Amino acid sequence: MTDFRLPLGSLVESFVDYITDTFGFIFDFIRALFAGAYDGVEILLGAPPFWAIMLVLGVLAFGIRGWKFAVGTIVGLLVILGVDQWDNAMDTLALVLVASVLAIALSVPLGILAAKSTLASNIIRPVLDFMQTMPAFVYLIPALILFRIGVVPGIVATIIFAMAPGVRLTELGIRSVDKEVVEAGQAFGASPWRILRQIQLPLATPTIMAGINQVIMLSLSMVVISGLVGAGGLGAQVIASLNRIDIALGFEAGLAVVILAIFLDRITASLGSSESAGFFGSLRRVLRARRVTDAAASAPRTASAPQPSRV
Amino acid sequence: MTESIPRPATIAVKADHLYKAFGRRPHEIVKKLKAGKSRAEISNLGVAAVIDASFEVKKGEIFVVMGLSGSGKSTLIRMLNGLWDTTSGTVTVGGTDITGVSARDLRDVRRKSISMVFQHFALLPHRTVIDNVAYGLEIQGMGRTERLAKAQTIIDLVGLAGWADNSPSELSGGMQQRVGLGRALAADTDVLLMDEAFSALDPLIRREMQEQLIELQAALGKTIIFITHDLNEAMFLGDRIAVMRDGRIVQIGTPEEILTDPANDYVAQFVQDVDRARVLTAASVMEPVRSVITKTAGPRAALRTMRDLQTSVTFVLNRDRSFAGIVRDRDVLGLVKNGETDLRGIIRDDATSVLPETALVDLVEPSVGSELPIAVVDEKNRLLGVIPRVTLLAAIGNVNTNTGALPIVMPPATISISQITKILGDTAEDMPIDAEGVRA
Repeated sequence: MTDFRLPLGSLVESFVDYITDTFGFIFDFIRALFAGAYDGVEILLGAPPFWAIMLVLGVLAFGIRGWKFAVGTIVGLLVILGVDQWDNAMDTLALVLVASVLAIALSVPLGILAAKSTLASNIIRPVLDFMQTMPAFVYLIPALILFRIGVVPGIVATIIFAMAPGVRLTELGIRSVDKEVVEAGQAFGASPWRILRQIQLPLATPTIMAGINQVIMLSLSMVVISGLVGAGGLGAQVIASLNRIDIALGFEAGLAVVILAIFLDRITASLGSSESAGFFGSLRRVLRARRVTDAAASAPRTASAPQPSRV
Repeated sequence: MTESIPRPATIAVKADHLYKAFGRRPHEIVKKLKAGKSRAEISNLGVAAVIDASFEVKKGEIFVVMGLSGSGKSTLIRMLNGLWDTTSGTVTVGGTDITGVSARDLRDVRRKSISMVFQHFALLPHRTVIDNVAYGLEIQGMGRTERLAKAQTIIDLVGLAGWADNSPSELSGGMQQRVGLGRALAADTDVLLMDEAFSALDPLIRREMQEQLIELQAALGKTIIFITHDLNEAMFLGDRIAVMRDGRIVQIGTPEEILTDPANDYVAQFVQDVDRARVLTAASVMEPVRSVITKTAGPRAALRTMRDLQTSVTFVLNRDRSFAGIVRDRDVLGLVKNGETDLRGIIRDDATSVLPETALVDLVEPSVGSELPIAVVDEKNRLLGVIPRVTLLAAIGNVNTNTGALPIVMPPATISISQITKILGDTAEDMPIDAEGVRA
């Protein structure tokens, strides 16, 4: 063994110090932005009485998956209320919503870019590998330094940690769209943008939605960890129970996380499948059928040419 | 590269020395190919998919490119609408050179001049049938009401009436391809590219689609470039066929030319399995008519003709040389014995007459039904030739009939020569010896 040591860690540290000093104003701006978004959503979820939120989520569950899931949702939320974690759960939900929306807003365009350009894909892929495998806690340290304690470093760390499946599955979804269908778009003279909008994105939707589902699930798991940096919510409860070795609190807070996770997972998974079973799905089918018949009725039907038998 | 002189209007698509090579340095591959290297010799550099392909497709023609998988036909068709750019050579569509133009101009050409039907249909699964058919029009920028109206007429035309609001997944393969065909027809381009369009369909439906394509083409006058690996399909659809092998076009010709005069052993070997009865036409196998007279020639002339050719039947023509029917030796003999001079009473119309473009397969049934040769007549009913059973069999079986003695063209005589001669002699005093017996 020599005394030589690769000073990788201290290099990164000085780099973080440097950008903190130089680009502090940018991080302050981001901080204000994220904090504002979080506060807004938090008020939206926290201000109304619990039964109002429960009602809204119940209706959402009924609309997307049907009455069984609606009942399950209400029961789950009542359990959270019963163990006195309602406010914490709403804080966590707000955090997850803000972080997931931002992560999706970043990852889907990146995925599209990666699908369109092999060069971009080759650059993005190792970065994603890094983001995904680096232990989640590690993100918290620079995030803490850059954004100071509170909810924002939690959001930032969550975004970084949760983005990867969104990018990957968006790229996969677009790349695995039937080549011939894309060629059909080209052959009829559609522009690349139009092909993306009318062919690639619609056909890749199930895969992209699976990615979005994963983003949300990862967000939820990371949000708990970000309780470490003072992000509040259920995460803070879990950390507190860990510090106090409080089995009761730990279980209750953990169960609340699980209930939220199941709710979010089932909702987003349903959105991914093209024909959702719930009330919204039926409504959409009815509306579509009506629109089509209207359009067909307005188009004059001319019988022409001998009609061969239907094959 | 660009050609300033506009192509004559009769040429819809022109391919001029097209090359397409895949590899790190495609241009180097093409350079070597042009210098005379073979496809195998450059295989370490990459793959030459299309080598020196040149052809012209006339307006309103069905031009079939036929080859096995890997022969480069799919690559070739994708160069014709610029889905793949050419490594060397030019493609002209409707007088416009489309090689090396900007992406925007190329899209414009595709919208207005050239549409495509795909092997696996390539429909947009999230759209209804009518929205799929209207897709090309939508890209052309036509308003919704207008394009749906037009799409509806096309849907009726391709036989999908009543299915407009279904989604493609609810349709069978054949119906899905009708949607694909409808989408291409709705775009109303002059040129239609069809890439193995019927290959994914099962045989009965394929045949039906082929027939419908020909009907539609006759009605709409589109120029169709059709890719297939199925020789029977090529022969059935094609006005002309280009046979491809290993990236090169080895022969271009009409189905009959390819069948009867293959350019090399490869083509010959290829066509040996073809269903000749569907490709060869009456005109290509018919034989000259020997035993023929005009209506006014009289029974004695008819009898002489039949005696000289030793047949029991002769064809009868009207004065304008149109086909009147046949007479049989026994009937003629009766007339001669009775001293009658008018053939008209005994002319029978039981010989089948067909048009020259009739496929041999349609001649089998009449041939089975009657021992008489089938008469081939043009649209003015003029007798062009005859097809005896033997000729038909020989043509279908690809056997040469000109190997031995005279082909047996007509049913053999049923009355002996000496008997006929005697009767002719006995009745000679009433009749002028020779009327105008016509021999073809």
